[in-house]
Amino acid sequence: MTTLIMTSGFDWWPYILVVILFLISLGVAAYATYAERKVAAFLQDRLGPNRAGPFGILQPIADGVKMFMKEEIIPNVSNKTLFILGPAIAMLTALLTGAVIPWGPDVVVDGKVYRLQVTDVNIGVLYLLGVVSIGVYGIMIGGWASNNKYALLGALRASSQMISYEVAMGVSIVTLIMFTGTLSTAEIAQQQHGFWADGYFTWNFFKNPLVFLIFFICALAETNRTPFDLPECETELVGGYHTEYSSMKLGFYLFAEYVNMFISSAVISLFFFGGYNFPFMDQIDNQLLVSLIGVGVMFAKTVFFIFVFMWIRWTIPRFRYDQLMNLGWKVLIPLSLVNLAITGLVMYFTGNLE
Amino acid sequence: MQSLTNRSKQVSKKEMTFMEKLYLPAILGGMRITLSHLFKKKVTVSYPEQKRPISEVYRGQHVLKRDESGAERCTACGLCSVACPAEAITMTAAERKKGEEGLYREEKYAAVYEINMLRCIFCGLCEEACPKEAIFLTDRIVPTEFERGDFVYGKDKLVEPMDKNLRVDVSVRQTKGVLEFKQHPQYAHNKLWDPNKAIKSKKSAH
Repeated sequence: MTTLIMTSGFDWWPYILVVILFLISLGVAAYATYAERKVAAFLQDRLGPNRAGPFGILQPIADGVKMFMKEEIIPNVSNKTLFILGPAIAMLTALLTGAVIPWGPDVVVDGKVYRLQVTDVNIGVLYLLGVVSIGVYGIMIGGWASNNKYALLGALRASSQMISYEVAMGVSIVTLIMFTGTLSTAEIAQQQHGFWADGYFTWNFFKNPLVFLIFFICALAETNRTPFDLPECETELVGGYHTEYSSMKLGFYLFAEYVNMFISSAVISLFFFGGYNFPFMDQIDNQLLVSLIGVGVMFAKTVFFIFVFMWIRWTIPRFRYDQLMNLGWKVLIPLSLVNLAITGLVMYFTGNLE
Repeated sequence: MQSLTNRSKQVSKKEMTFMEKLYLPAILGGMRITLSHLFKKKVTVSYPEQKRPISEVYRGQHVLKRDESGAERCTACGLCSVACPAEAITMTAAERKKGEEGLYREEKYAAVYEINMLRCIFCGLCEEACPKEAIFLTDRIVPTEFERGDFVYGKDKLVEPMDKNLRVDVSVRQTKGVLEFKQHPQYAHNKLWDPNKAIKSKKSAH
């Protein structure tokens, strides 16, 4: 089979990579649910799940089996097609975004180059923004199709919140694009090569920390994580947009959140913290070793940001809805616009504007 | 209005400073605190492997004692069920037949003795009321069941085994102090039972 793949002229590698990426995304998301419970427990001086397998590492499997075994209910009054479509879209868009992220430097084995990126479209950043905004539909359609007041209100909250924060996110990405000068994610990663060059840090975070801050806050809002988890505010909305969902359809919504969190963390580490680049990577002669460490570094950064997401969730209480909107429209958007203008001016006066 | 304590504070509605409005310092401070808890000692007790120490006179599942020769001490007088505030105890008395002297200490005994563990509040009043030193609460914990009916404990679960090695040790609850306390007029019924004899029998049983 392997020789067949190697010898046939058709390039199978991207397709294999898609499957690998699919499995990794689901695996990381599954273990993110376990990590979430462990982190929550440890931050609250508890032990967390530790009964299923050593340290409870089989807990995600137990949770998954439980989700599948639950009775699947589609309400009579719901719009059945859309009711099923909702979680499907949420999951689909969550998994789509991983395609443009470079997970490591190119791996060269026997003269053949294996790219660790499914596709390097020249508008990768736009693709990311586009797919993320489709994600709103999963929640909106699901909440509307349930034919339930709470679900509808939850969906409304979710969609207005995500749309509001997408604006600030978009403007902060425009700022990023301005000083990177490219829309290709692979190129953004390459520009941050190493850690230190020409007397300054190469990572984008050090070039403009404010962009990172705005992007990070917006990423929290986009993934519906605390302190922006109003769509599923139990005290006010029962379960929010997934009130009527049960079994694996509910599982898909919850799972999509974790896949989103994984992808957001990957995007943050790619855009601002050098992606697969690490300090002193040029001192290592073995190209293969650099690639492997690069992949490891990329995942380490991603896991760190997943941890930060959880850390924030178990620290900060939820915003009130008007506070959420105030922060989005009155603080983050003006701030990102000012940041955009100042970045433009600095680039103009230092002669970096082409 | 005069305040009851001097601890009341006037609510201040001062404008927040710029740093306070940023929220970020406060959020980072909060995150520092939660992070420090990551390394703190965990308070969880992993129950079946690890148990919290309980008092020697913990009031758990009841036991119906036998005397040193193995005869049931209970004489079905019903004082425990009268004393029970939760009305958890019921019993049916029966007369001892010839040849059953080894099984029952007194001429009357409890043919049926039931405690509803769902009603029981583990107050220990049955133990105090008993004139025959027959019922005691122990440090055993009542296990969970799947059916309601299974919580009604009959004699099969309450009476201690005949085998002397398997007897339930209640000596810590039967100290001299407890016996002296039972001399109180309130426990006049206990006078039928000689405390010195009781101590002896306890010592010989264990």
